[in-house]
Amino acid sequence: MIYFDKVTKLYNGSAPAIENITLSIDPGEFVSIVGHSGAGKTTLLKMLFAEETPTEGDVYFGSQNMRDFTEKEIIDLRRNIGTVFQDFRLLPTKNVYENIAFAMEAAGRGDDDIVADVPHVLDLVDLGEKMWSFPKELSGGEQQRIAIARAIVNQPDVLIADEPTGNLDPINTYEVVQILKKINDLGTTVLLTTHNKGVVDSVGRRVVTMDQGRIIRDDNSGKYSL
Amino acid sequence: MGAWVDIKRILRYGLVGFFRNGFVSLAAVLILTITLFVIASLMIAGAALSTTLEQLTEKVDVNVYFITDAPEEEVLTMKASLETLPEVASVEYVSREEAIERFRERHKNDQLTLQALDELEDNPLGASLAIRAKETNQYENIAAYLETLQQSSIDGAGSIIDKVNFFQNKTVIDRLTDIIDTSRNLGIAIAVFLGLASVLIAFNTIRLAIYTSRDEIGVMKLVGAGHWYVRGPFVISGVLYGLISAIIVLIILYPISLWMGPASERFFGTFNTFSYYTESFAFIFLVVVAVGILIGALSSYLAVRRYLKQ
Repeated sequence: MIYFDKVTKLYNGSAPAIENITLSIDPGEFVSIVGHSGAGKTTLLKMLFAEETPTEGDVYFGSQNMRDFTEKEIIDLRRNIGTVFQDFRLLPTKNVYENIAFAMEAAGRGDDDIVADVPHVLDLVDLGEKMWSFPKELSGGEQQRIAIARAIVNQPDVLIADEPTGNLDPINTYEVVQILKKINDLGTTVLLTTHNKGVVDSVGRRVVTMDQGRIIRDDNSGKYSL
Repeated sequence: MGAWVDIKRILRYGLVGFFRNGFVSLAAVLILTITLFVIASLMIAGAALSTTLEQLTEKVDVNVYFITDAPEEEVLTMKASLETLPEVASVEYVSREEAIERFRERHKNDQLTLQALDELEDNPLGASLAIRAKETNQYENIAAYLETLQQSSIDGAGSIIDKVNFFQNKTVIDRLTDIIDTSRNLGIAIAVFLGLASVLIAFNTIRLAIYTSRDEIGVMKLVGAGHWYVRGPFVISGVLYGLISAIIVLIILYPISLWMGPASERFFGTFNTFSYYTESFAFIFLVVVAVGILIGALSSYLAVRRYLKQ
C-alpha cells in the first residue's frame, strides 16, 4: 500500500538526506526503521504525510502518486494516517479529552461519535482517569500514550511512530511498544523509527536498517544490528 | 456533518482559546485598546478642528458698498448675479434703512455720534451686500469679478458700487486661508501617522500572540484539520480582542469627554467634546467597533496564514 520508488531528498546544498530509496510496505505490516541519527528515517516518514516532497523519485500511497495530491487530498490523507512523535506534540491549551476530540472533529466526526469514542480509546491506552487533565500535568509516558490514543482514534490505515520512545524510561517504553503491537494486531499498518535496540528486538517483526540516507538491510524478522 | 457543526466548534474553540491564553489575550486587548483610543481621539480632535475652522471661515466675508442713490432693484439684480457664481455660498442684502439701524444699534452708548447723525437730513449710509464664499481662498476671484464689474461699465451695474472692502481685508483673509489650509493638512498628516503607527503595533502584537501558538498550528495540520478549522478559532479570538477593546474605549471615553468638555469649549469656542461624543455616539461606536474587529480578525488571519503555509 506504500511504495517508495527511487526516492531522493536533497536539502539545500548539503548531502542528500535520503538517496535512491526503494521500499514497499504491505497493509498490516509492522515495520521498524532503525539507524543512527541523521540516517534519514524521519525524512522518509515525513514524505508519507506530505510534510516533505521528494526531490527525485515518487511516493505512492495506495495506488496514487503523492505528487499529484491536491491540498484537499493531503488533508484527507493526514486524517487517514496517525502520527506519534518523540516530543508528543499534544495541544498544550487543550485537555486530554479535547486533544483527542480535536482530531475527530478535524476529520468531521459527529458529536455523538466523539462522546462515545474518546473514553473508549483512552481505556485502550489505560488513561481513562486522566481525561480532564492538561498535557503539562501528565508524565512523559502518559503524554505519549495520549498521543497514541489521538493517532488511532480515527481508525487510520497507517500509524507512523517517529522515535516514540525517545523520551521515555524503560517501563514506559515497554508499555508504548505493547500498545503499538496491539494496534497492529487490530489491523493497522505501523511504521516505527527508533534507535533503541530493545524496542526493535521486542517487536520482532520486519526491520529496515538505514545508514547515511540509504537502506543497507531489510530483514523480515529482524533484530537490531548496526 | 454540516458546516453548522464546524462553525459551532470553531466558535467554541475561539472563545475557550481566548480565556485559556489569558495573558496573551490581555496583552492583545490592552494594545488594541490603546490603538482604538488613539483612533477615537483623532476622530474627536478632527471634529473639533473642522468645526473651529468652519466657524472661522464663516466670520470672513467681502462687503460691497453701494453709493447712496443706487436704485434698489439694480442692487438686487447684482445680488442675483453674484448668487449664480459657483464660489459664492451666500449673499446678504443690507438695505440703507437696515444699515442705519445697525449703525445706531452699534453706537447706542455714543450720544455724540448719534447726535451728529441726527443733524444730517439724509441717511448717509449706502446699501451693501455681504458675500460669503464657500472657501476662503475664493474671495480673491469674487473680488476680481466685482472689480471687473465696477470698471467695465461706467453706466451699467458696476457704476453704483462705491467700494469693495476685500482689499483692506486681503492680508487678514490670506493669512487666515493659510492657517486653515496648514492646520487642515497638518491635522490629516498627524492623524494618518498616528493611526498607521498604532494599527501596526496592534497588528504586530497579535502576530506575536499567534507566534506562541505556531507549534500548535503545526499539530492541528498534522491531525488533518482543514485550513479554516485551524484558522477559525484564532480569527474568533481576534474578533473578541477587537470587540472587548472597542467597548473599553467607548466606556472610558465617556468620563474623559465629560471632563474635557468645559475646557474644550473655552479653547475652541463652541466645540464641546462631551456633547460631540454623545451626539455622534452611533458614528463613533460604529467606527471604533468596526476598526477593532477588523484589526483583530485580519491580523489573526494573516498571522495564522504564515504558519499554515509552512
